[in-house]
Amino acid sequence: MTNLSIDALAPNRQEPSPGEPENWWRFFTFSTDHKVIGIQYIVTAFVFFLIGGFLAMVIRGELITPEADLVDRTVYNALFTMHGTIMLFMWTFPVLNGLANYLVPLQIGARDMAFPRLNAVAFWMVPLFGVILMASFLVPGGPSQSGWWAYPPVSLQNPTGNLINGQFLWILAVALSGISSILGAVNIVTTIIRMRAPGMTFFKMPVFCWTVAAAQTIQLFGLPALTAGAVMLLFDLTVGTSFFNPETGGDPVLYQHFFWFYSHPAVYVIILPVFGVFSELFPVYARKPLFGYHFVAISSFVITGLSAIVWVHHMFASGTPGWMRMLFMASTMLISVPTGVKIFAWVATIWGGKIKLTTPMLFALGGLVNFLFAGITGIMLASVPFDIHVNNTYFVVGHFHYVIYGAAVMGIYAAIYHWFPKMTGRMYYEGLGKLHFVLTFIGVNLNFLPMHPAGLMGMPRRVASYDPEFAFWNVLASLGGFLLGVSTLPFLLNMISAWVQGDKAPANPWRAIGLEWLVASPPPHENFDEIPTIIAEPYGYGKNEPLTAQQAALQQLASTEVA
Amino acid sequence: MSSINLDSTVNTAAEASHAHHEEGEHRLVGFIIFLLSESVIFLSFFVGYAVYKTTALDWLPPGVEGLEVREPLINTIVLVSSSLVIYIAERYLKKENLWGFRAFWLLTMAMGSFFLYGQAVEWSGLNFGFTDGLYGGMFYLLTGFHGLHVLTGVLLQAIMLGRSFIPGNYDNGEVGVIATSLFWHFVDVIWIVLFILIYAWQ
Repeated sequence: MTNLSIDALAPNRQEPSPGEPENWWRFFTFSTDHKVIGIQYIVTAFVFFLIGGFLAMVIRGELITPEADLVDRTVYNALFTMHGTIMLFMWTFPVLNGLANYLVPLQIGARDMAFPRLNAVAFWMVPLFGVILMASFLVPGGPSQSGWWAYPPVSLQNPTGNLINGQFLWILAVALSGISSILGAVNIVTTIIRMRAPGMTFFKMPVFCWTVAAAQTIQLFGLPALTAGAVMLLFDLTVGTSFFNPETGGDPVLYQHFFWFYSHPAVYVIILPVFGVFSELFPVYARKPLFGYHFVAISSFVITGLSAIVWVHHMFASGTPGWMRMLFMASTMLISVPTGVKIFAWVATIWGGKIKLTTPMLFALGGLVNFLFAGITGIMLASVPFDIHVNNTYFVVGHFHYVIYGAAVMGIYAAIYHWFPKMTGRMYYEGLGKLHFVLTFIGVNLNFLPMHPAGLMGMPRRVASYDPEFAFWNVLASLGGFLLGVSTLPFLLNMISAWVQGDKAPANPWRAIGLEWLVASPPPHENFDEIPTIIAEPYGYGKNEPLTAQQAALQQLASTEVA
Repeated sequence: MSSINLDSTVNTAAEASHAHHEEGEHRLVGFIIFLLSESVIFLSFFVGYAVYKTTALDWLPPGVEGLEVREPLINTIVLVSSSLVIYIAERYLKKENLWGFRAFWLLTMAMGSFFLYGQAVEWSGLNFGFTDGLYGGMFYLLTGFHGLHVLTGVLLQAIMLGRSFIPGNYDNGEVGVIATSLFWHFVDVIWIVLFILIYAWQ
């Protein structure tokens, strides 16, 4: 029996290309290898994370005193605009695309993505639009000051009168980012639909692949709406059409609809793959199967579906009619159901497990705790009266930073540590990793928790100066912000020194179950000598059953030899 | 283990064509996903048009009565029937009749070009521009964005026509031809919605 099934999958075999030299400069070339592109994405994104983080620390430096003393008010506007834009379009999206690029083909048993060249094109657009966005620091008038949401009529002001101004470059960069993301999404979704190894049905697929598919589906239906809005905004700004310009009869609220139709679901584009990371990590480090695997997998797409009908909750204060407010309040609260399914499943997975507190597990647990808090404030914000009360205050800023930093970035760190041995073939330093976790976890909560009381007291967001009564909370938040800046130092030290001189990593240092752990660290070119046939669900921890037909055959061979 | 290796060498030739076929199917799936995504841009513009038309205080710019329907209707008939013509071209390719394919493919290109020409004539005869209010903006945005797609379609068709002259190139069918024809149907369907929104609903 087993022999037969092995023969059946042999025809897929191709000759592995003769040992490509593992040169460091392959990371600076137009490589079409999904593993190289994955690491290119992650490292490029991290550079922008440091830039965006530096801007954030200037912002926190400004806010440590109530007066606007550190930077000019217009500079402050540019700072928070660029901070938000960089962190979303150039850090979280690219870094998650990097993880998806690296892991999805390995996890579904494919040799590469469906369109390797398109993959490389999509990646190389990231540094391109990064440079365009950074160039806006150099043009007269400086970068865009209209926030990362670029609401008209603020975003239609062009005081310098130049065609090439900060706002123009901002729209260009965001549009290119959108094209890059759509190309990436087409590639990833096609790969997951078409390239799965024999036996890898959807319900044998790791949850990370499910969540990536769900997230990229959002990119496919959401981004075009933002693109449409951005094109119209660009025409308003450059040639003087009147789509969103109220002075000539335009409708600025329509822009808000276009913007949030994508940009709220964009949050799920960020958080869904992180849910995937949590679902991968908890079973490994608790040594138990993922609780309710089917429900966790399906709820990803329930979130995708619901994410398309919640965007107006960003516009409760934009003169939205009452029926719309009620409708979108209800749909927003509904999202907590599939999300809650996942949280309960993770808790049930950890419950009673043999928990091993490695760095990735610590980050995943910390991310889960922060996400729970963010979810609770999210439900609070979904309710219309409360939302109108705290609209445009620091309560909202605190909420979404808990989601983006507290949950998503910590989840991304967890993923980087967990798969670092696989990606580089080296082990990271556990002590530095734990120090990084402690600094990050304290930093996140010190930075973003005080924003909630400040917001409830009425401190408005996007301001360089504020009433002295909010000073206490802002000092705490600023100290937390600087701590977060410091926290990246042990991480960088750890990653660089481990990559250069860390201990060699075995193929499966965590005794994890999954196709990526069956190949060497780092995986060979084209990943698999022989495409595996999957015969079991993922996360069979403690069940002692083989994952692939090849493993089963080897086990049988071993048992017959013993007999 | 050695038996596995033996099997795989025997099957190499069959695999190669199988792999080629698979890759073509990947491309088609990817292209369909891309088109679905692309359609959301049009959908957004359509929704924008409907919102503006129903809520704007000054919809038509001063001195503008509306649009002439007769010539655009002729244009529409030409474009929509070209979908049938491109289908016939594809049928010829399936029957491996290359000249039949080329003739009907060229006819499709001619009909697409006629549409673009008609569009240009219509644009030049209008008494309002892109910056004349919401109406002017939406009209030129929608027809212009669609026209760009028609132009892309005609250029793609030209490339596919040229590639048909490479000997043996289209022996096993051609994913590029299927994708181009799919794109053409897409452009037609978008135009039908656009025609109803802009010309029929005035």
